Amino acid sequence: MNPLLSLSSESAHDIPVVHPDTGAGGVFDLLWLVIALPLLGAVVLLVGGAFARGRLERVGHLIGTAASAASFVMSLVLFLALLGRGEEERQIGQHLFTWFETGSLSVGMDLLYDPLSALFLLLITGVGTLIHVYAIGYMAHDVRRRRFFGYLNLFVAAMLVLVLAGNYVVLFLGWEGVGLASYLLIGFWQHKHSAAAAAKKAFVINRVGDIGLSLAIALMFATFGTTDFGGVSEASGEASDRTLTILGLLLLLGACGKSAQVPLQAWLLDAMEGPTPVSALIHAATMVTAGVYLVVRSNFIFELAPIAQTAIVVVATVTLLWGAVLGCAKDDIKKALAGSTMSQIGYMMLAAGLGTAGYAFAIFHLLTHGFFKANMFLGAGSVMHGMDDDVDMRHYGGLRKFMPVTFLTFAMGYLAIIGFPLFSGFWSKDKIIETALAENLVVGLCALLGAGITGFYMTRLMLMTFFGEKRWADGVHPHESPKVMTIPLIVLAALSVLGGVLILGDWIVGWLEPVTGVAEHHAPPLPALVITLIVTAVVALGVAAAWFLVARRDVPREAPRDVSFATRAARADLYGDAFNDAAVVRPGTRMVSGLATFDRSGVDGVVEGGSSAVGGLSGVMRRLQNGYVRSYALSLLGGALLVVLALLAVNLG
Amino acid sequence: MTEYVVLSAILFTIGCVGVLTRRNAIVVFMCVELMLNACNLALVAFARQHGNLDGQVAAFFVMVVAAAEVVIGLAIIMTIFRTRRSASVDDASLLKY
Repeated sequence: MNPLLSLSSESAHDIPVVHPDTGAGGVFDLLWLVIALPLLGAVVLLVGGAFARGRLERVGHLIGTAASAASFVMSLVLFLALLGRGEEERQIGQHLFTWFETGSLSVGMDLLYDPLSALFLLLITGVGTLIHVYAIGYMAHDVRRRRFFGYLNLFVAAMLVLVLAGNYVVLFLGWEGVGLASYLLIGFWQHKHSAAAAAKKAFVINRVGDIGLSLAIALMFATFGTTDFGGVSEASGEASDRTLTILGLLLLLGACGKSAQVPLQAWLLDAMEGPTPVSALIHAATMVTAGVYLVVRSNFIFELAPIAQTAIVVVATVTLLWGAVLGCAKDDIKKALAGSTMSQIGYMMLAAGLGTAGYAFAIFHLLTHGFFKANMFLGAGSVMHGMDDDVDMRHYGGLRKFMPVTFLTFAMGYLAIIGFPLFSGFWSKDKIIETALAENLVVGLCALLGAGITGFYMTRLMLMTFFGEKRWADGVHPHESPKVMTIPLIVLAALSVLGGVLILGDWIVGWLEPVTGVAEHHAPPLPALVITLIVTAVVALGVAAAWFLVARRDVPREAPRDVSFATRAARADLYGDAFNDAAVVRPGTRMVSGLATFDRSGVDGVVEGGSSAVGGLSGVMRRLQNGYVRSYALSLLGGALLVVLALLAVNLG
Repeated sequence: MTEYVVLSAILFTIGCVGVLTRRNAIVVFMCVELMLNACNLALVAFARQHGNLDGQVAAFFVMVVAAAEVVIGLAIIMTIFRTRRSASVDDASLLKY
């Protein structure tokens, strides 16, 4: 194999086996509460609406936020308790009940709490609670606010099931649960045709990925006889390479659907039709990273399936560039951010695909991205809030004077995502690029290029929104958002700045070691400091390019039409939709209409033709019943003659 | 012997043609009787030929049935005639498709 294209993580090393301690006791017995609290919130808000609508409408948002906050407190307590245990004892299992049992298949409602789930728990409930608080302000005037908070709680509960699952079937439950919540929330403003269509699109594309995950689970059961993380991780070494590769590729398909990786990326940009807190929570910070979680969680499979790992790296590299290109051309602030989300998840996937060396950095980038991207989405929501829900950046400009808090917090997120030194994104992205360069030069250079493009499009977004001349219409009066919205922004901005502390002394790497295993050390081609400088220089180049191309010119209020092919392609999502349309939708439509025609003319034709033939024949036959006795007598005679002839033929013949 | 059978066949054929071609219900009726009696003739002739009474018994049965049939048939024809002022079998052709 070409040394440039092969990954060097193939050599054997110890893959940690999951065997959770089910008798931990103490606070860990309350693990189920983390899920139960938001689930209870969702039930109260969604079902209770039928009984006490008036009162619930007034306090519904508070109940939802309280449920999420209580879950966060629980997560924090659990995290501290986990910190207090020895490194070897940081896998806590809880068996709630047997879910179903048939033949030799027994699936329990099992939870697994380990360092990986612990970080996710904090991210989901922490960022989730902040977004709940923000949504109190953002959705203040929506008549269906109670329902919105019910859905949000449902999402949080499902996401917690996903990351706390102790086997793949429970994980699948959470996986589908977040898909459902995502569908409900994208289409929350269902009166808008575009929102309803986007929700359907997200749901359908996610189903494609889910086929992968469900087949993987079935294959796991057929191969290992169990779907427990423990059982699979113990037995994975005994399965054949081919099985493991297929398993890895199926899991990758599932991850692609949920994490909007090429080729199942088309739904994410449309998903921005949902309310902005939803975009921040589900389509930036948490749900879309479930694919990364799946890959890291299934490390005991991927470590043994180098082909699948290579596939992940390829998919991730394509996606990180794809998303970055989209981000450059979009004028809709949320879509630009969504492109950036795709790209950043590409980075995470890339790190996860690099194997043991990258898992911890994937999760690290996932956490910092959760902070700064939620921050920026909420900031974008705050801008929209002040601009009468206009999302076109060409109608913004010069907003920094009108929305100082939003501007400053957004700037923190901006500096974090482009990787400005010492901000959180700087540490996480730098680590990924460094690892990628060490493992594979081509992939590393693509990641480096992606970082430069990130610098460009984020600077463009920043300049078009907050700097330059004001370009908004006369009737619009930009204003700062209320405190309930700005305080979450400030907290998230602080996290965006400080998220990097997790890497101090390689803390997160050590913390995740019980899950991911000890990384082999591959020396990068250059000293780490030089790589950091190069990355920073490339980002600076991107920022400078944006400065010259956007800030030094007037931004037209209408998007110019006579643009290069590249811009047109990026505006059209790099023809992702067109490809899907041509490759899947239109052949599908043709096949279906062909089937319908066959059904109408073929199947219906035979049935209806048969019946009308019988009908026509009987129409002719009934003429025989003409009512004339003499004709009946004639047929009687004919019959008698036939009988006689028959008798003669038999007797004489 | 042959003469009886031939006569019987001729009578049967006349009756048959009469049933198929005549419209007057009374005449049709008479033709039916003709056919029945042609049968009777054949039955009696064969009984004679075989030297047993089977055919003769059968002929008596036919006569009994014919008498009953005449009673009911004439009553029906009478009723039809009363309501329709016609004894044509073709007029009573409402019971059809």
